[in-house]
Amino acid sequence: MLRLDRVSVTAEDGGVAVPILKDVSLTLEDKKIYVMTGPNGGGKSTLAKTVMGIYKPSSGTITLDGRDITDMSITERARLGIGYAFQTPPRFKGIKVRDYLKLAAGPDSRADYCSLLYDVGLCAQDYADRDINASFSGGELKRIEIASILARELKVALFDEPEAGIDLWSFQRLTETFRALNEKTDATIIIISHQERILRLADQVILVSGGTIEEITTQEKFLGELSKTDDACRCRIGCLREGPVNGNAQCDR
Amino acid sequence: METLNAIDKKLLYKVAGLHEIPQGAYNIRKNGQSAGRNTTANIDIVTKEDRPGINVIIRPGTKNESVHIPVILSQEMNDLVYNTFEVGENADVVIVAGCGVHNPGSRRAEHDGVHEFFVRRGARMKYVEKHYGEGDGSGERVLNPTTIIEIEEGGTAELEMSQIRGIDSAKRDTRVRLHRGAKLIVSERLLTYQEQFAESNITVELLEEASTAQIISRSVAQDKSRQIFHLNMRGYAECRGHIQCDSIIMHDAQVSSIPEITAFHSDAQLIHEAAIGKIASEQLVKLMCLGLTEKEAEETILQGFLA
Repeated sequence: MLRLDRVSVTAEDGGVAVPILKDVSLTLEDKKIYVMTGPNGGGKSTLAKTVMGIYKPSSGTITLDGRDITDMSITERARLGIGYAFQTPPRFKGIKVRDYLKLAAGPDSRADYCSLLYDVGLCAQDYADRDINASFSGGELKRIEIASILARELKVALFDEPEAGIDLWSFQRLTETFRALNEKTDATIIIISHQERILRLADQVILVSGGTIEEITTQEKFLGELSKTDDACRCRIGCLREGPVNGNAQCDR
Repeated sequence: METLNAIDKKLLYKVAGLHEIPQGAYNIRKNGQSAGRNTTANIDIVTKEDRPGINVIIRPGTKNESVHIPVILSQEMNDLVYNTFEVGENADVVIVAGCGVHNPGSRRAEHDGVHEFFVRRGARMKYVEKHYGEGDGSGERVLNPTTIIEIEEGGTAELEMSQIRGIDSAKRDTRVRLHRGAKLIVSERLLTYQEQFAESNITVELLEEASTAQIISRSVAQDKSRQIFHLNMRGYAECRGHIQCDSIIMHDAQVSSIPEITAFHSDAQLIHEAAIGKIASEQLVKLMCLGLTEKEAEETILQGFLA
């Protein structure tokens, strides 16, 4: 179980401390899928990176299975079983996909890079010996990034907009991959996404906005309200529109 | 003929990947003397009469054969050698050269080699050159290789040149001339550390139509070491040339990358890309997210980059 207790994160902007996360408290259970959504710049990625240890909280505590990990480094958290799939993964000149996945899996792992690549819709024969360099498209890079997380035995798996850049044909497989990960392991899965098909995987939907958790809800409720938004321009957040749109929609803020 | 001891065998392994005496044609030069030679039906090796060095003559049509010509220096000395390679028409061979220096003393151990290649019509040559230095003494380990290559019509030369630590000072000069439809592929890997200095000058002349050249140079400069790259490509006909020069700089090192491309013909297409920068922090963070320490992440990135 992953627990955040009154976690705040600030960033420096021209010598001024700007709050990014404000007093966030959250309890995330094992074997559940949480989908974090909300407007851009709301703090979703910061929250995920703070769990991974990439950002340090200015206050608050983070515990994993009762153990305080607040002051642990990225490496220590990774070794405890926290993994984070980057929104924009870096490229590595000269490192082959095969070696990268072996590195991700760790020396004792029996994870097979062929099936990992298959799980993200890539053919091992075509990809295993390629360098992770500029020759990869954004979508291919994202899939290898996801495979690098699947390679590991994790307690907490964070995915930052995994669907970005992934084509429609591969989308179905991606959702199946998340579902299979949920069935096969006890990992807490946290996916940052704006996609309805990803939202449909959620045990709970966490709405992050303005650096706080605005709401924790079920996907049924969330998607239900979202569909109303479509029909009636009932914008939930950050809507600047007032009055009717296209004559019949109305904003009730 | 000199025999090979444990140090020699280690140097031999480092520069030529050889645990023992190689198969096929070879010539091993140790401390300025011949330490072993073998020729085959298709590959002859002859000692030069006018100056130190050998002529390697590969008969036309020779396929899937290799020549190993490692040089090992295990004492302080200044060794100078001129080697000439004749790769006959339509031959397809691998030539493995390289120099390993073990300097136990306080004086300089220097090997200056001039390698001249004639890649005849339709021939293919892969040339692998590794430089390696070690030794507890304070004496400098210096290597100054010069490589001159003429590639005739339809010929191909592929060069793999690497120098990873160990050499205090290196000045490498490579000059290649390409004729009609000839092809050149160069991959250069260099790592300097401490107070080392390395300079690489590569001049490629694309003399005739449909000739192509690609140079990929990657280097890492650590500590207070210095590197200078001067990659120069000149197109005299309808041709294509591409230079990619990429350096990772660390600590207090210094890297100069001096690009030069010149076209003497309106159908010459020449590209030069050069970049110098430190290891991207997101690369380090990504690998740390996989459980590596920062140091391990750095090593993994450098190892891949120089692979």
